[in-house]
Amino acid sequence: MTFDYAPAPESRAIVDIPASHGLFVDGRFRPAADEAVFKTVSPASEEVLSEVANAGAEDVDAAVRSARKAYESWSALPGSERAKYLFRIARLVQERARELAVLESLDNGKPIRESRDADLPLVAAHFFYYAGWADKLEHAGFGPAPRPLGVAGGVIPWNFPLLMLAWKVAPALATGNTMVLKPAETTPLTALAFARICQQAGLPPGVLNILTGDGATGAALVAHPGIDKVAFTGSTEVGKAIARTVAGTHKRLTLELGGKAAHIVFEDAALDQAVEGIVQGIFFNQGHVCCAGSRLLVQESVADEVLAALKARMSTLRVGDPLDKNTDVGAINSAEQLARIRELTEAGEAEGAERWAPECELPSTGYWFRPTLFTGVTQAHRIAREEIFGPVLSVLTFRTPQEAVEKANNTPYGLSAGIWTEKGSRSLWMANRLRAGVIWSNTFNKFDATSPFGGYQESGYGREGGRHGLGVYLDV
Amino acid sequence: MSEPLPVLKTYKLFVGGAFPRSESGRVYEVTDAKGQWLANAPLASRKDARDAVVAARKAFPRWSGATAYNRGQVLYRVAEMVQGRREQFRAEVAAGDGLSKSKAAAVVDAAIDRLVWYAGWSDKVAQVAGGANPVAGPYFNLSTPEPTGVVAVLAPGGSSLLGLVSVLAPVLTTGNVAVVVASERAPLPALSLAEALATSDVPGGVVNVLSGTTAELARPLAAHQDVNAIDLTGAEGELATELEVLAAENLKRVRRPDPAEDFASAPGTDRLLGFLETKTVWHPTGV
Repeated sequence: MTFDYAPAPESRAIVDIPASHGLFVDGRFRPAADEAVFKTVSPASEEVLSEVANAGAEDVDAAVRSARKAYESWSALPGSERAKYLFRIARLVQERARELAVLESLDNGKPIRESRDADLPLVAAHFFYYAGWADKLEHAGFGPAPRPLGVAGGVIPWNFPLLMLAWKVAPALATGNTMVLKPAETTPLTALAFARICQQAGLPPGVLNILTGDGATGAALVAHPGIDKVAFTGSTEVGKAIARTVAGTHKRLTLELGGKAAHIVFEDAALDQAVEGIVQGIFFNQGHVCCAGSRLLVQESVADEVLAALKARMSTLRVGDPLDKNTDVGAINSAEQLARIRELTEAGEAEGAERWAPECELPSTGYWFRPTLFTGVTQAHRIAREEIFGPVLSVLTFRTPQEAVEKANNTPYGLSAGIWTEKGSRSLWMANRLRAGVIWSNTFNKFDATSPFGGYQESGYGREGGRHGLGVYLDV
Repeated sequence: MSEPLPVLKTYKLFVGGAFPRSESGRVYEVTDAKGQWLANAPLASRKDARDAVVAARKAFPRWSGATAYNRGQVLYRVAEMVQGRREQFRAEVAAGDGLSKSKAAAVVDAAIDRLVWYAGWSDKVAQVAGGANPVAGPYFNLSTPEPTGVVAVLAPGGSSLLGLVSVLAPVLTTGNVAVVVASERAPLPALSLAEALATSDVPGGVVNVLSGTTAELARPLAAHQDVNAIDLTGAEGELATELEVLAAENLKRVRRPDPAEDFASAPGTDRLLGFLETKTVWHPTGV
């Protein structure tokens, strides 16, 4: 007998999406100077959700000027007063968490279970955490009189739209900087909803400006001479371009870029838990995660067992409507991203790796990709080297811990890694040798406002979260 | 009877623990502030720079894997060796930086003190820069600093020993390995420091010292794919910008030059923290 899941949709009635959105500059919404707009669609249905202003160079200039003006008073406020604004924002985010979660799932395509249980709680936590730092900066270990840098420019990706906003805005404002933030082109809506929260919180005009737009908007912001700090999360390619742009200027830079995390399973691991961890590691958020465990390194002696269990578990994943509370894997964020995933998986097959995906029905509209794994992958294959940023797992094997370390570190990236073993000393030995900024041992994809996040090598520099996340916004 | 004829030193590069000449066979004339010839120094080439990177990379696992206590002991030993060669360094600094005897003596003493200061940091920086993170869940969560890797260090041009020690010691004490481009105008103290390093239990390759034209050596180092970070202190103006652009290709950590940096004043912790990566390890707690 098979049990079927009845549909369990989260109501979208809780969110009222305006038909058009302006830019949030100087505390008010206004159209782009040249009145340019673009449409944002739901990747699950291809339905147009709203029309959004497309900021040009003139708008960037206006936003930076507004932020500069606001900086004078914002940086002069006692830290305890800045803290209260951020606490207000944290509370308002909690109050409107359900609405924001639904909006995020609509615009991004991620399952409501994740936007509700991961994204939104973390967003609120980040504002609470950094609010508390605002009046304690002289005790944070950055010298007795740390100063803000000035106007920060933030450019964020589409995979965790509101969470990435929180990672930038909370520490920037807590330390007394003002900010111009550009959300990703395909996911502007929660940032604009957040702008309304700032209005409700009474945040002084100009302290945070939000410019929707495309890559050109981001490039103009990063290059603007009125910016003192750039914080970027996105692809390594764009990160390098930004590093070249700010070369020779006074601008400080933090980059949180791509990854190709090794997820290492030893023969003595609790295999059922490890399989859950592997699934969580690569299929969470459709694999649109820079720290996704996209390279499974499994010890040869248990490879067959792990693979069988993994396939069985993948067969139970529910792919579909992001607003259905039973959905495990939602929609791919855009047609462009879907094309990239297809291109790389086709390269995987062409290079000789063996592809497997469970049978599952996909919706007829929208952008979808089955949870997929590749076996017979070598380190030379593109699917083992390049970031796919989708629900695609490459499986490799190893015999000795030393070999696992060498394979894991054989990448220009270095964002995260996972280790599954029941032996504590081996776990710590591995953790010492893996060149990555976040190591999850017997767990994966865990995030917290107090925990620094960021990479080694070409995964970027600087840390977000925790005490470390303050330093990158301070002149010390 | 007259003084015996002095045996002059042939100044050489320091790469992988050995003292080779430049593979290019080139040298350049080093003069004092008045233009008086002091010695010929190797005019290192791009190939020498690449060899130095290979030597540094090879030395990284051992040095970064040494205990912090051990690295502190070794750096303290460097201070002892410089102390023992105090007279030689005084003469080289006086000639190279154009200082009076007494000022040069003070600079050498300050360089020794700086080495001792940074030696003591080796087993303290992790407690200052790392720590436990109180995450909202049943997890052990710890952040620790780790060395970035191979660091190209462009030593300051105007402070040939104190400046050099001030930029090199923080890189070493935190477990990084270095390829140093000595002051172009006054490279002799750096080449002599290499002799102190070689007799201080600093493993071969941990520090590599090149003399020559800063621009010629800095470009291949800034563009090198196996260099993890670059300290641009000794680069000026447009060269610094050009190097920063080259460094973006593999996202090297870049320390920009600060013309106002005063090596005579007490350093803060920023040079210590500049070439560290934060690693955060999670593990569930439970029974």
